[in-house]
Amino acid sequence: MANVNSDTKITVVSGTALPLRGNDIDTDRIIPARYLKEITFARMGEYPFFDERFDADGKPRPHLFNDPKHKGAAILLVNKNFGCGSSREHAPQALLRFGIRAIVGESFAAIFAGNCLMLGVPTVTVPASEIDKLMQMVEHDPQINFTLDLQAKRLFSGGEVAVAFDVPESARKALMEGYWDSTAVLRANLDKVKSVAASLPYMAGFKP
Amino acid sequence: MSKPSGRTLYDKIWQSHTVDILPTGQTQLFIGLHLIHEITTAPAFDMLREKALQVAFPERTFATVDHVVPTDIRTRPFLDEQAEELTQALEKNVRQFDIEFFGLGSDRQGIVHVIGPQLGLTQPGMTLACGDSHTSTHGAFGTLAFGIGTSQVRDVLATQTLAMDKLKVRRISVNGKLSAGVYAKDVILTIIRRLGVGGGKGYAYEYGGAVVDRMNMEERMTVCNMSIEGGALAGYVNPDTTTFEYLQGRRFVPKGADFDRAVAYWKSIASDADARYDDVADIDGPQIEPTVTWGINPGQAVGISEKLPRPEELPDPEGAKRAYEHMGWQPGAPILGTPIDVAFIGSCTNSRLSDLRAAAKIARGRKVDPKVRALVVPGSTEVKALAEREGLNQIFTDAGFEWRSAGCSMCLGMNPDKLKGREICASSSNRNFIGRQGSPGGRTILMSPAMVAAAALNGKIVDVREYA
Repeated sequence: MANVNSDTKITVVSGTALPLRGNDIDTDRIIPARYLKEITFARMGEYPFFDERFDADGKPRPHLFNDPKHKGAAILLVNKNFGCGSSREHAPQALLRFGIRAIVGESFAAIFAGNCLMLGVPTVTVPASEIDKLMQMVEHDPQINFTLDLQAKRLFSGGEVAVAFDVPESARKALMEGYWDSTAVLRANLDKVKSVAASLPYMAGFKP
Repeated sequence: MSKPSGRTLYDKIWQSHTVDILPTGQTQLFIGLHLIHEITTAPAFDMLREKALQVAFPERTFATVDHVVPTDIRTRPFLDEQAEELTQALEKNVRQFDIEFFGLGSDRQGIVHVIGPQLGLTQPGMTLACGDSHTSTHGAFGTLAFGIGTSQVRDVLATQTLAMDKLKVRRISVNGKLSAGVYAKDVILTIIRRLGVGGGKGYAYEYGGAVVDRMNMEERMTVCNMSIEGGALAGYVNPDTTTFEYLQGRRFVPKGADFDRAVAYWKSIASDADARYDDVADIDGPQIEPTVTWGINPGQAVGISEKLPRPEELPDPEGAKRAYEHMGWQPGAPILGTPIDVAFIGSCTNSRLSDLRAAAKIARGRKVDPKVRALVVPGSTEVKALAEREGLNQIFTDAGFEWRSAGCSMCLGMNPDKLKGREICASSSNRNFIGRQGSPGGRTILMSPAMVAAAALNGKIVDVREYA
């Protein structure tokens, strides 16, 4: 099997939270397209929700991501279908580089969740009523420290269970065992890849 | 009645492309065709260089430029330094890694989801990935096609595989017949409105029924293109005679006896008559009207004769309120007669020859309202040439539309074609998200190309059926 670096194993994410309300928040909102013209992801951490956080003159507007009360938050709380739309990995890159290490929500768009996994960012789901409770808790006290535990499939606060969450078993394993950094795992199978390729008639142009 | 036990096209392609089950329980899936463009790939190639990896199957990746390229003045270097830098990076990467490239100046350049089918690269029974969510377009051919992020582009380059979880399949039958003036775009907007922008989560959509069976390939591409707007990672139509006739003779399609063998294979991968589906949905074709969006996601749509809905009638009242806030409209008002500032015909959803023909039929002999900025952007350099051969460019320019060169253009705010301020755009593209067309305050109304043309002539949203 592939070499898996032990520090790529992610079981626990701890920190304060950012409660971002709203369904169907798309990746164009998370990161406006013009920033995709940068040739690397290096500066993406400056841009999440840029057009909502800053006016046309670059002056900050009231926004959760500008709020000093939530500075340093590691866990993002969201509602339904978060990250829908464009497949841009720049969206999770922007959130990760801003400091977000895990996202708890009602549901996630497929490509966005896949991109998060590729970066080692867990996206876990809880029922609507639970996410609302969590958001209210954090709105009331932004300093609450949470621990998201993939082993226990629970989000703890102050040593107590705040909520149990769901996470696809494959994603949970990938994160906990370090397989989310997938290239090496996939490359270890290159011989099998070649034999599957050889079995597909289109690979040889349907020549007999 | 016995329980259905047959397999879907999705099941068959999944099985034939499975390399292994990974320790996580995910499937390692072989990717038959990989398409790349300038936006989402530069860091992927950097990752390869960092890890000193080669491209595993360079002959299975094809590249073009579409997202950042200007559609008017295309001399190099581009005025936009970032666009130039990205384009140069792609040009360098395809050279270094030996990847076939349809660059600017090539008569094969164009929007990646227009050129793949046009060249016959996209074929039934394949898996196809591209760093763009509208890769679902290629499902029109009975291809399992989906969008991926940059780290996944790296994996495809390095291994020609991806780690994936299997989806469920929802069969969507569009029954009966469409009325005149109703197009594929109206069908998919109706489907998304009915099933929701997140309704396809966890599913691949299989489209069928009499309406889809009768559609040509370009119409099927329009439907499959917006699968992702319904939350479905992939959408497909089973291949049939329409598919095979479209493919025959195209550059990358086998010829002669090889073509016959290909057709036999393509027929074999279609869903079985007794295929088992995880879910089904039925849409009544004759009920579909010309459909337009009124809000900030593609599910917020109405038939042209309807009034704008009240938030409390909708599944997500808070989302609707936010949409009204951005659009500046009132519930209960008609969408008909809404003034527009810009008309955009183009994008990977609706920029193919039949789209341009439908729009030209409306525009012929008429004039764009003088206060409207109207542009037509063919999806590929080849579509442009074919349209010019039949004089469509003349019809458009006589009417007052600008006739541009191929690219993503005003769909996405990554090139010089953008909305300004609070402009309202009648658009044949796929997303009405806030800021999508390049202005944070801009407003997008999605509709068919014929509807965009009619709106351009009138300076407001009209019912294209008046032109029938």
